[in-house]
Amino acid sequence: MRPADILRFARVAATGYPLRTALSVLAMSIGVAAVVVLTALGDGARRYVVGQFASLGTNLVIVLPGKTGTGGFNPATAITSTPRDLTIDDAAALLRAPAVKRLAPLAVGTSEISYGGKLREGLVAGSTAQFLEVRNFELAQGRFLPDEDWHRGSAVAVIGAKIREEIFGPNAAVGQLVRIGDRRVRIVGVLKSSGQGLGMNTDELVIVPVALAQAMFNSNTLFRILVEAKSREAIPAAKAEVLEILKTRHQGEEDVTVITQDAVLATFDKLLGALTLGVAGIAAISLAVAGILVMNVMLVAVTQRTAEIGLLKALGATGRTIRLAFLAEAAMLSTVGAGVGYLLGHLGAFGVRLAFPVFPAYPPHWAVVAGLTTALATGLLFGVMPARRAARLDPVQALMKH
Amino acid sequence: MPLIELRGIERVFQLGDSTVHALSRLDLAIDVGEYVAVMGPSGSGKSTLLNLLGLLDRPDAGAYRLEGRDVTTLSPEEQAEVRSRRIGFVFQSFHLVPRLSAAENIALPMTLAGVPAKERAGRVARALQDFALENRADHRPDQLSGGQRQRVAIARATIMNPALILADEPTGNLDRHTGDEVVRLLEALNGRGVTIVVVTHDPTLGARARRQLVMEDGRLQHDSGKPA
Repeated sequence: MRPADILRFARVAATGYPLRTALSVLAMSIGVAAVVVLTALGDGARRYVVGQFASLGTNLVIVLPGKTGTGGFNPATAITSTPRDLTIDDAAALLRAPAVKRLAPLAVGTSEISYGGKLREGLVAGSTAQFLEVRNFELAQGRFLPDEDWHRGSAVAVIGAKIREEIFGPNAAVGQLVRIGDRRVRIVGVLKSSGQGLGMNTDELVIVPVALAQAMFNSNTLFRILVEAKSREAIPAAKAEVLEILKTRHQGEEDVTVITQDAVLATFDKLLGALTLGVAGIAAISLAVAGILVMNVMLVAVTQRTAEIGLLKALGATGRTIRLAFLAEAAMLSTVGAGVGYLLGHLGAFGVRLAFPVFPAYPPHWAVVAGLTTALATGLLFGVMPARRAARLDPVQALMKH
Repeated sequence: MPLIELRGIERVFQLGDSTVHALSRLDLAIDVGEYVAVMGPSGSGKSTLLNLLGLLDRPDAGAYRLEGRDVTTLSPEEQAEVRSRRIGFVFQSFHLVPRLSAAENIALPMTLAGVPAKERAGRVARALQDFALENRADHRPDQLSGGQRQRVAIARATIMNPALILADEPTGNLDRHTGDEVVRLLEALNGRGVTIVVVTHDPTLGARARRQLVMEDGRLQHDSGKPA
């Protein structure tokens, strides 16, 4: 039998039982669509987090007070503070490190900001002029903090877009005097709206000189020191130098933790990559189920068409021809199912992107390729058994069944 | 040289504890161009004989030579090849593929044998004409009458120009008139040199054949062709 004839025969056979065919195609397409959508979600989460980290700034080395037991990144240390002090002078000393390009000390706390009878709670970040470059902020209006002695702490502030909107509404903000806690501070600039930045929403941030912030919160501790290395390659050197300098300054005790953005990024990348893989594995189970369904459908087809198989044998069909015809039918069911599922999956991912524009829900290529090949492979694999059964039917017995 | 030569054929079935000799020590020779009717009561081994002649079944003992070639020792694939080229089947219940049109059903043996589509179309067109089915080419079996269905089946059996046509109760599901029509078609084929073996219960149909075989308990009871 010619290949074209086998395909045509299988197609006519498949379309001859529309419900049965539609159901197995549906099962297969749901399996493939599940792989595509779930991996799109997993990979989207990974891309989202990685993107968020990248927006923190480039080549960042972050110094936090306290020492964690292991060298790895522990999410707890990013949240809790420790009693050991990290001071403005520590930060200033780090400027001597040759691999450090610039740095910004960071002290944070919450305070009330009030203007013209409006009161709002906000996150106050104390830093220096370099904070702008280190964090890749952009200004919408005015200018950033003045480049002054870090201990001086002029009474100025730069506010986020949302704070500006809520407190000043349509009126000009730059040049106005506001009250932050018990201090009167002049607004010198407004940040461009940038949305969420890993827990710290810059749109709701109030930035003041670091000395002012420490005075407000009555402490001389820093929350973080953000260090920018000279290049990506300089990150390990910067980390080592920073550790060395702080160790010297702290009487030889290594009581700070230095994490690099790369390490954090790599950890999240790995974590969420594994998540995507796991999700893909779960989805693959539905593919296996679909494969088993195709096998059942084909077994039913063999039983339904026993008389026909006997006839084909009487008409001179070899066992090989019959095997090929049934395999072709199984392959056709799973191919169409995989194709439909591929389209459905992309439609689903598109729907997710439409509903959550910030979420880059694109299925990774490896998942799409793996999903489609698994679908075809299971379809064929599970088609082999029914096809062999058909080919082995005894023609006399088969012909007697009507 | 005879077309069919059976020597010492045995076919035994195991039914529970008892063994049934469907065919026992059967010797038979049929020449090219003969028209043979096989008769006998149910269970006499007629159908087993027909399946055996059609290479759908294998004997437990004995030799079957078709056109001088021992076909009992062939592999299943080789036997399929012989069925495809040399033997045509006509069944009582027609055995048409329900989802294929009349033309496609007639073309089926050629499709299975890998005949190119172009050649198939030409031969099917001729067959449709020969069997007065031109207007029914695109009809599915359920849109055809019984007589038309059996004409399609006979057209299908002859499309590969076989040397032998095996018919199992070809008129069993037809009324007298259409049955006669089908018999005349088979006889016309025999007139063109095709050997016909018909299994039937119907004595009038059997009487029309030039040679009658009567079977009982797996043995030949009577052979009108054998000089007594």
